[in-house]
Amino acid sequence: MLTKLPFRRSTTGDQHRAHDALDWAWLTDKAVGVLVFVGGISAIIFILSVFTFITRQGIGFITDTMEVGEFLTSPAWRPTSDENPTYGAFALIVGTASVTGLAVLLAVPFSLGAAIFIAEFAKGRVRETLKILIEFLAAIPSVVWGFIGLSIMNPLIIELFDVPVGLNLLNAGIILGLMSAPIMTSIAEDALKAVPDSYREAAEAMGATRWQITWKVVLPAGRKGLLAAILLGVGRGFGETMAVLMASGHSINIPDSPFDSVRALTASIAAELGETAVGSDHYQALFTLGILLFIVTFVINLTADLVVNGIKKR
Amino acid sequence: MNTWKLGILGFLLVCACGRGQQAESGDQTGRAEGEKSSKRVVIQNKGSDTLVNVAQAWAEHYAKVDTSLAVAVTGGGSGTGISAMINGTVDLANASRKMKDKELAAAKKNGIEPVEHIVGYDALAVYLHKDNPLSEGTIAQLAAIYGEGGATEKWSQIGVTVPGCSSDEIVRVSRQNNSGTYAYFKKAVLGKGNEYKLGSRDMHGSKDVVDLVEKTPCAIGYSGLAYATDHIKTLCVKKDDAAPCVNPSITTASDNSYPIARPLFMYTSGQPKGHVKTYLDWILSDEGQCIIQKKGYAPVRAVKCD
Repeated sequence: MLTKLPFRRSTTGDQHRAHDALDWAWLTDKAVGVLVFVGGISAIIFILSVFTFITRQGIGFITDTMEVGEFLTSPAWRPTSDENPTYGAFALIVGTASVTGLAVLLAVPFSLGAAIFIAEFAKGRVRETLKILIEFLAAIPSVVWGFIGLSIMNPLIIELFDVPVGLNLLNAGIILGLMSAPIMTSIAEDALKAVPDSYREAAEAMGATRWQITWKVVLPAGRKGLLAAILLGVGRGFGETMAVLMASGHSINIPDSPFDSVRALTASIAAELGETAVGSDHYQALFTLGILLFIVTFVINLTADLVVNGIKKR
Repeated sequence: MNTWKLGILGFLLVCACGRGQQAESGDQTGRAEGEKSSKRVVIQNKGSDTLVNVAQAWAEHYAKVDTSLAVAVTGGGSGTGISAMINGTVDLANASRKMKDKELAAAKKNGIEPVEHIVGYDALAVYLHKDNPLSEGTIAQLAAIYGEGGATEKWSQIGVTVPGCSSDEIVRVSRQNNSGTYAYFKKAVLGKGNEYKLGSRDMHGSKDVVDLVEKTPCAIGYSGLAYATDHIKTLCVKKDDAAPCVNPSITTASDNSYPIARPLFMYTSGQPKGHVKTYLDWILSDEGQCIIQKKGYAPVRAVKCD
């Protein structure tokens, strides 16, 4: 076999040794090594460059125009006013937080239930069908969800709850919940499946019922992955733009009931950035919102990691 | 470790979604340019949502008049068109408001001298749900509904009971803060220096306003007259208590009797030359002006159309 390698030359013994490493296998090995390394660190490169980009675009506003107190506590977001532009992002922050919170509240019971059913109870064809359907649900584009919120949920909410307008926190929360549920479900299901079968067998040997196995053995063993699933759902909620823009009512408002319209950070950026002169105060303020979103997402992921590692040590 | 990977994956997904949307729109314009530039001259025309339908119609008709010229029309709002003009990426910017001094200064800094051309007039209709019994209102009443510090929050304060609106709350439908319609309504109704009340539903297009008001009994909204349908009511507007009320129409917009009608602009970089000039001249000809009239806007002068 060795004689077939193209780099092999029939020369003296010493040279033979020196060239021994230069065959195709060696080259492939090195090339793949480099490729995998680049792939591995690319995430870091991407994150750093994205962060550098949004910071560079937004930093002028942070240092020159922004008053931190106003930005974080005032709801008056009037960036295009001629006389007195104000940049209060409080209502936007509350909007994003409340929509995401409601979405997670609605999605967690459904997706954990679905994950438990698929991983522990369903069998054969039912299980496969459900898995495929959930993947389908995850593949629906966000603008379609937004459209559902706008044209189906809006009149439905008006009708059911007798409220003046159906584009509100509840609408956006339900839509976002439906959007993040499939992601939560598939990750939670993977987490449950990762629990070794020997645990279940041991519990069964002790005479535990199916529900006792699930509740007392599988769920505690898979909690790390379940938490990751939920936090990823939260991340999805924070980042979602189009559906929230369409379903939330896009109204600067501090909500005091689920029937109030709200506006999300992401939706504000999406609605306003395209029409802003590059480099203007407004443009930089929108990038500052981007920095805020980035930091929040980062903190969520970091918390997830810390919590999960904490559980692991105990 | 697994969570880290998942976290990074999730973050990248979020990024990818955001980027995907931007890339898509860029792609389309890019493709349009690429396809056509080999055969004929392409004029880039971008801006106001109010004007986008007309601009599209002009471009389509003009393709039959002069086959050597193609016009690529994009909407997005007056702000989009004007910032594209400032950045030098369009030949013609559509706007439903005048350029602000700040924007003119920004353009000059980039070596661009925007020149303004009035291409038509638009009556800004105030829309109500078709069950709303209110038929006329003054500018001051509208200002009390929309303006910061205005006291009107309930329909009963204007003296009407709206069927299907049991909460009695006035649902204000407005536009996103970069829209020309938003800026013009603010100037014409709220008055210079006044702000909108926070908490309005800010829609991302003229048509969205009409759609939402049509489905919401409690709502009031403003948008170009061209977006009116049979399923929605327009308010007859009075300049003040003494003045007669005027319904928004092409005629009342042209003769200036409707109080919230505005000119529609196209901006060119410097005095128009060559193809842009030919196109603009054609827009202002009887043929071009008949097209804008057919689309529900008022022409710059009285024209006879068939």
